[in-house]
This record gives sequence, structure tokens and C-alpha cells, in this order.
Amino acid sequence: MQIYLPIAETSVNAFTLLGVGGGVGLLSGMFGVGGGFLITPLLFFIGVPPPVAVATGVNQVVASSISGVLAHLKRKTVDLPMGWVLLAGGLVGSVIGIWFFNLMSRLGQIDLIVQLSYVIFLGIIGAMMFNESLRALMRTRSGTAPRRKRHTHLWVHNLPLKMKFRASGLYISVFPPLLVGVGVGILAAIMGVGGGFILVPAMIYLLGMPTKVVIGTSLFQVTFVAAFTTMMHAITNQTVDVMLAVFLIIGGVVGAQIGTRVGLKLGAEQLRILLALLVLAVCGKIAFDLLWPPAEVYSISVAGGA
Amino acid sequence: MGRLWALLLLLCATPASAQEEVVAGLSQNSVALTVNFEGSEILIFGAVRRDGVIPDGPLDVIVTVEGPPQEATIWRKARRAGIWMNTESQEVRAAPSFYAVASTAPLAQILSPEADLDYRISTRLAIFEARSSVEVSDPAAFTEALIRIRQNDGLYQEGQSPVALERDTLFTTRITLPKNIVEGSYAARIFLLREGTVIDERETFIEVRKAVLERWLYSLAYDQPALYGLLSLFVAAFFGWGASALFRLIRS
Repeated sequence: MQIYLPIAETSVNAFTLLGVGGGVGLLSGMFGVGGGFLITPLLFFIGVPPPVAVATGVNQVVASSISGVLAHLKRKTVDLPMGWVLLAGGLVGSVIGIWFFNLMSRLGQIDLIVQLSYVIFLGIIGAMMFNESLRALMRTRSGTAPRRKRHTHLWVHNLPLKMKFRASGLYISVFPPLLVGVGVGILAAIMGVGGGFILVPAMIYLLGMPTKVVIGTSLFQVTFVAAFTTMMHAITNQTVDVMLAVFLIIGGVVGAQIGTRVGLKLGAEQLRILLALLVLAVCGKIAFDLLWPPAEVYSISVAGGA
Repeated sequence: MGRLWALLLLLCATPASAQEEVVAGLSQNSVALTVNFEGSEILIFGAVRRDGVIPDGPLDVIVTVEGPPQEATIWRKARRAGIWMNTESQEVRAAPSFYAVASTAPLAQILSPEADLDYRISTRLAIFEARSSVEVSDPAAFTEALIRIRQNDGLYQEGQSPVALERDTLFTTRITLPKNIVEGSYAARIFLLREGTVIDERETFIEVRKAVLERWLYSLAYDQPALYGLLSLFVAAFFGWGASALFRLIRS
């Protein structure tokens, strides 16, 4: 069954869309990842124009993280002051990202920028995950427990404007979280992702936040930054396709529910290696498209709207 | 076909006129881009109206269907630092979003270059380039690429659908509108030719419109982008939250 997308102005198979949403939802349920970093490139592969894929991807992030953030708020596992600081940075980053996105669109380079960002980030994340899960696998075989390094104070934490983050037990300068927020906001706007895959490690290793508040606080920031970025894309580019989003979201929520149960039953480490390989495969495909001589060196971009 | 014969009878009954004229009709004047739109086929038919005997010499019919024109930029990729990226571009002032030419014989055989220039019938002449602002070595290659890409997408069709002409009087052709057409007014032009020159021309329109919901979403996105953004967020929040609430309910 074909579905006509009113903003992308093309027809896409509905089951393909549900499959993309469901497959990524399954993975995000299994591994607790947002999945935005897989949805957007998969949309490129099925022929959705990159600007629409990015803007709609970020809209889908809102759907996939909203119930999570509500649950964490109820359980009080959100460091709200930290969340607001990260969010403030995120909004600034989103504005910068949107400005850059629109500038590159005008210069005809946005597809390249989006693809390059994906190659770089998917490459790094995939390699790190692969490495991590391989080591974890070896550890479980050899039977030694992993040692967690304790939080150390870095020089960036001693910058001026110190703030107390009670839930995290931190008394640090607001600049590190602000900058982390800005970085994540830029990624959200350019790549159509939530940015949890950058935010979570940054909160643990850079800011030194305790793991019990990391997920909730990152979801809090991601939800609002994604919502804001959706608005920015809708207002400046008219590239959010709500019809496309609905199919991705329906597929995604169903997939995530199944994924959560599957994830509880299966051995996580082997699966994590599979996810790492999948991320690397997507990265490889995009890199290949950039490096291999294209079948058609010409492309057409039609001036705004029909 | 019954409709065609009725039309023919009607024509024969009309008083004689000196020249040959073309009369045409469409199987449908409107196409709705609904949620499950998969393309559409338009039947264009008509008849040649004339007095007395059929003049000597070959008679030909050309049918063109032209979608709303768009401004466009054509980019060419080149390898820079190992990566293929857009490096050169050429502006197009107006290129039809859809263009189909159907004819009784290949255009080169039945249409003189002068008539083609006057009526802009061939695909190449339906595109209006802007004067190249940047130094591009081969501007023609960009227009050729535009035609090639759109031909591959089924948006430009030349010589794909023949016009069937019966007894030098009745003609029919089918034009396929692919699933990726944009909305707007599509002009169908019918040309009657003898020995390379156009002796008569008719124009009629096909309205391609998005169906109600798609139309509404599209205009909202462009006219009220903030409202549309809020709607997208509401939809996302509703489905995201609603679905997990539903699953919780099922589980408990």
C-alpha cells in the first residue's frame, strides 16, 4: 500500500515505513537507545529527501522519548536544575544548527553535511560500542567484574558561575553543561536525532553525574530540544511531514514495546555487538555513497515548495 | 469508443469550413492526490473536423501535457578530497514539473524546427534556462541532465506513448501521470500538423489537486507553519504517550 506524503510530495510504501519505525523501535526498546540516528539514514535509503528526513526524524524523537521522560519525572530521577541548564544550551545549539542547516541548504551542500555528520558520528559510536561490548563479552568469560572509575574534578568544572546540582551531588560551573547542551542541540538540528548517544556519555564522563539521574535528565533535555527543533524546522523550512511521522511513530511504539520484552529475555552483550555492527553497516553505506563515483553526478533542487 | 463515434457524427453534420480543425476531450479533468495515490492514466482523445475530402499528404497529431513550471537549480558533483560533492550549478528559470509528448510518429519526422521553436513542443524547448551567472564550461549538459533525471523518474516522457490516428480523423493517446507529480494546473495541448507545420492547436486543462486532508496539511505547513509545528508535536506527543499508556493498560 502506497502512502502519499504531503510535504515530501512523493509516495512511499506504508509497510516500509511501519517496518523502519518498527525495526528501529525494536532496537531502541532492546537497547534503550533513542533510535533517531538510525531512522534518519534509513529514510534517506528509501528515498525521502534528506531535509524532510531530518526534520521528521526529530519530530519522531519527541514521540519516542515523551513517555520515558514522564515516567522519570514521576520517579523523580530527573535532575531538574541540570536539565534546565542543558536545555538552555540545547535551545541555543538548535538555533545555531538550524541557521547552519539553512545556510548549507542554500549553498546546495546540506545533503553532504548531513551524510558526513552521520559517517563521523555513526563511525565513532559504532566503533565504541563494538569495542565496549567485545570487552564486556571477554570480561564475562574471564569472570572479572568491571571496575568503575570514580568521578574526578576536571579543570572545566572550576570555571566561574558555579551552581549546585543537588540531585547529581555536584557543585560545578554552569559552562560545561551549557556547552554540552549546545553541542547536542546542534546535532539535533542537523542530524534529526535526539542526541542521547552523545549526551549520556558526556553526562557520565565529562560532568560526572551519577547514573541514576543520567537517563531521566537526558530524556528531559532531548524531548524539549527535539520539540523546539521540530518547531524551528517547521517554521523555517516547512520540512516536517506529519503523515510520515505518524507511520514512523506507530511502527516505533509497537516495536519498542516488543523490543523491551525481547531485550529482557536475551543475552544483552551478543545483541549489543549486533547493534554495533548494524550502526557500522549504516555508516559504511553512507560513506560508500560519498566515496564511490555516483551513477548520476547531477541532481535537481527545486526552489521552495511547489 | 462510442463517445468518439458520436463526436465524429456530430462533426460530419456541422457546416463545411475551409481548413482542418482539431476537437479534443479528456477522460478526466481532475486528478486527486489521495493518501494512496499511485499514479494515474489520462486518456486524451479527439477528432479532426474538416469539409469534404481529406487533403493529400500525411496528417500528424502531437499531444503534450505540461505540469506547473518550477524554478530549479541543477547541481553537478565532482570529487573533492576523495568525496563526491556538489561543486557546480546552473539555474533554471522555469522547468515544467511534468512534461509528456505523445505523437503519431517521432517528433523529428513530423515537426519542423521552426514550428518547434514557435510552439515549444519538444522537451528541450519547454525548459527555460537562466543566463549562466557562474563560469560553467558546458551549460547545455545541465539541461540535458535535468531531462535525463526526470525521464528516469517518469516525469518527462517523449516518444513513449504513441498517438493512434484512425482514418486521418480520430485520435487517442494515453498519458501516464506518475505517483511523484506535484499539484497544479496541467495544460494539455493538442497540435494538428501537415508537412511539419502546425495547422491547428487546442488547449485544455487537467487539475491535479491534493485530496482534502493532504491539501489541508500542505497549506497549513506553508501558511501557518507555527500552528503546523504545534500540530506535529501534538501528534507525536499523543501517539508516543498514548501508545505506552495503552500498553501499560493491556499489561496490567
